Amino acid sequence: MQYQSFLIKYAEIGIKGKNRHLFEEALERQMKIALKRCEGQFKVYRTSGRVFVDALEEYDYEEVLEALSHIFGITGICPMRRMDVLPPDEVRDAVVAFIKEEYPEGKHTFKMHARRQDKLYPLDSLELNAMLGEAVLEADERFTVDVHDPEILMTVEIREESIYLYSHILPGPGGLPVGSGGKAMLCLSGGIDSPVAGWMIAKRGIKLDAVYFNAPPYTSERALQKVIDLAAQIAKYTGPIYLHNINFTEIQLYIYEKCPHDELTIIMRRFMMRIAEKIALRTQSQALITGESLGQVASQTMVSLGVTNEVCTLPVFRPLIGFDKEEIIDVAKKIGTYETSILPYEDCCTIFVAKHPVTKPNLNTIKRHELHLNEKIDEMVEKALQTDEILIVDQKGSRVLKASQDPLADGM
Amino acid sequence: METKKEIYLDNSATTRVFPEVADLLHRIYTEEYGNPSSMHHKGVEAEKELTKARETLSGLLKVDAKQICFTSCGSESDNLAIIGCALANARAGRHLITTNVEHPGVTEAMRHLEEEGFTVTYLPVDETGRITAQQVTEAMREDTILVSVMHVNNEIGSVMPIAEIGEAIKKKNPKTLFHVDAVQSFTKFPILPKKMRIDLLAASGHKIHAPKGVALLYVGEGVKIKNLIYGGGQQGNLRSGTENVAGAAGMAMAAKTLYGTMEEDRKRLYDYKEQLIHALLEIPGVKINGIKAEGETFGRQDIEETAPHIVSLSVKGVRAEVLLHALEEKGIYISAGSACSTHHRDTKGTKEAIGLSKEYREGTVRISFSVMTTEEEAEEAAEAFREVIPFLRKFVRH
Repeated sequence: MQYQSFLIKYAEIGIKGKNRHLFEEALERQMKIALKRCEGQFKVYRTSGRVFVDALEEYDYEEVLEALSHIFGITGICPMRRMDVLPPDEVRDAVVAFIKEEYPEGKHTFKMHARRQDKLYPLDSLELNAMLGEAVLEADERFTVDVHDPEILMTVEIREESIYLYSHILPGPGGLPVGSGGKAMLCLSGGIDSPVAGWMIAKRGIKLDAVYFNAPPYTSERALQKVIDLAAQIAKYTGPIYLHNINFTEIQLYIYEKCPHDELTIIMRRFMMRIAEKIALRTQSQALITGESLGQVASQTMVSLGVTNEVCTLPVFRPLIGFDKEEIIDVAKKIGTYETSILPYEDCCTIFVAKHPVTKPNLNTIKRHELHLNEKIDEMVEKALQTDEILIVDQKGSRVLKASQDPLADGM
Repeated sequence: METKKEIYLDNSATTRVFPEVADLLHRIYTEEYGNPSSMHHKGVEAEKELTKARETLSGLLKVDAKQICFTSCGSESDNLAIIGCALANARAGRHLITTNVEHPGVTEAMRHLEEEGFTVTYLPVDETGRITAQQVTEAMREDTILVSVMHVNNEIGSVMPIAEIGEAIKKKNPKTLFHVDAVQSFTKFPILPKKMRIDLLAASGHKIHAPKGVALLYVGEGVKIKNLIYGGGQQGNLRSGTENVAGAAGMAMAAKTLYGTMEEDRKRLYDYKEQLIHALLEIPGVKINGIKAEGETFGRQDIEETAPHIVSLSVKGVRAEVLLHALEEKGIYISAGSACSTHHRDTKGTKEAIGLSKEYREGTVRISFSVMTTEEEAEEAAEAFREVIPFLRKFVRH
């Protein structure tokens, strides 16, 4: 085994003042959950502003790296050689062996960086740097020292229980640990945008629930499966997502019958937001998330967004608001949702879309037209809420929670 | 969970395995599981099953048992026939003829050959989805090595004049080979390759109540084709790989069962088809494809010139996918076009080839019966269409 431990670096959490321990605990928790899925036993512990992962037995390096690189809050992952606290000459031999193994081609500039946490160790940091640096130069003349801009920062960390060696940092996703900032409800369609929006908000420490509006027979079972697959991909970063599957057909047809067709989409979206908010409140989400981006389609002009927004009391997060489509696609590709998003199944937003939908809806007009729905709409919304089928989507698939089961009872 | 009523009318996509076939499969999987190439008893036992299956199927086609080659699916049979024929006969000529409504298993094999430098003529069908023998002979050149025509169209159920075409080809050039994709017609109509002058014939197991993963290719006496799979040289080196013994046995059993009642079944299914068509035509804006050209009337006799199990209808103002899902909600399973072409969104299908206008094309669905279909099921389906179509028409895109 090349590496026995990992040093986990995080940036932002470090500056959160008195709340810092909350963020650190959330990070530690997320790491433990992720490592539980990996083969082998691990010890995760926090000390002086960093998190250490010690592998206690054989493990799959690629698997662990993959798991850690999906945890928000982590900015860097340093794979480390871990050894017992040995006398300086033995450490010297280990460092020389390590750097030659890591950089077999030599020809690099390096700087020795010793950290002596264990103040009882016979040599202090400066003495260690001098001794170890010299040893490397002697062992392989292709290495040269550059203390200002080294290619390799060879770190030796002396702790009371172990000594750690590392020399490179792999990037983490950044952000804040999921769950440290509360929970929000993502309006998830099968498109490119909404999974990206959910990912971006989750990256800021928010746990995600999701709601999907299904319109059979206009949308198919495969469209739902596509949404489940998307949620599963996001769940790699966020942990299990509770996906609420709402049957929206009746409401949609009712709006179609009673309201002007060029306002269909906007009125439909207002009802979707109302329903999403009701579920959010019922399940203790503190905000809604949508994939809307300014000007992308008629329902996403500034005026339209204002009209849609008007039905909500919870804050609505639209992280993609200033993104171009290309920028959204880049993120979708990076997080692995793009390929699924472009599968050609129709979602319920597009089935009745008018040729020329309004781009500057007037709120008062929309509200007046919504009055045409008065007779049945409340009952229909209530009924739609009762169709709520909750799927728990994990990165490996999904299971259906019985509708009668209280989603809060399952440890949410 | 309550069991929802199921009316399965998508038998041209695949069929339910006959219970006795499933029993047979189970027995072979658990008892006669040997490799037919093994020298010991288990191998001999399996080989016997395989031989029996070959004999049964060749008996139904009235050909020699050694002329039946088992493959994994209809597409493989088509590929082996077409590409195998082209590779073996490239020195004799590099021209092939087919139609513009074939299954992708044929069309894509042809496209591949075009990339390899062969020339392919795609004969256009008429409004009912048929070509004539004359079209074929007119397209034939000195270097035409193969003509490939499907027997029953999988999307609209029209029947090609296979016997006439076979006759005409051989009259013009006895050396030109004739391949027939009979995946939709096997066990529906009697097929006699020798009499119909067919050299290569593909049929599939899962369309006839046998499992998926087995099909056959009939290769006529003296017909040269080159193998596509390299390996242990099974089946006279035409198709290497351990034979799917259970699948072959299942396919043989299913085919034998179906042949036993073929005439009665065909008549019965024509009755259902006729009744269903009458009921559907009562709905305004509905058109039946594959029987007569648009505007022409047709009767029982015309219906009997098409496949007994396939009804293709086009509904104005309703999208096929929506109609399909709406019927699904009533437990009725049908298909939008054919299951096979849904993977190729950019290739033109039969619907375009028969000249359906766009408004009809988008609303084209296929109902396909099997011998397991009952009269009540056909009636319920008709009733469901009458109910669903006017409802769906209320809600359309503007």
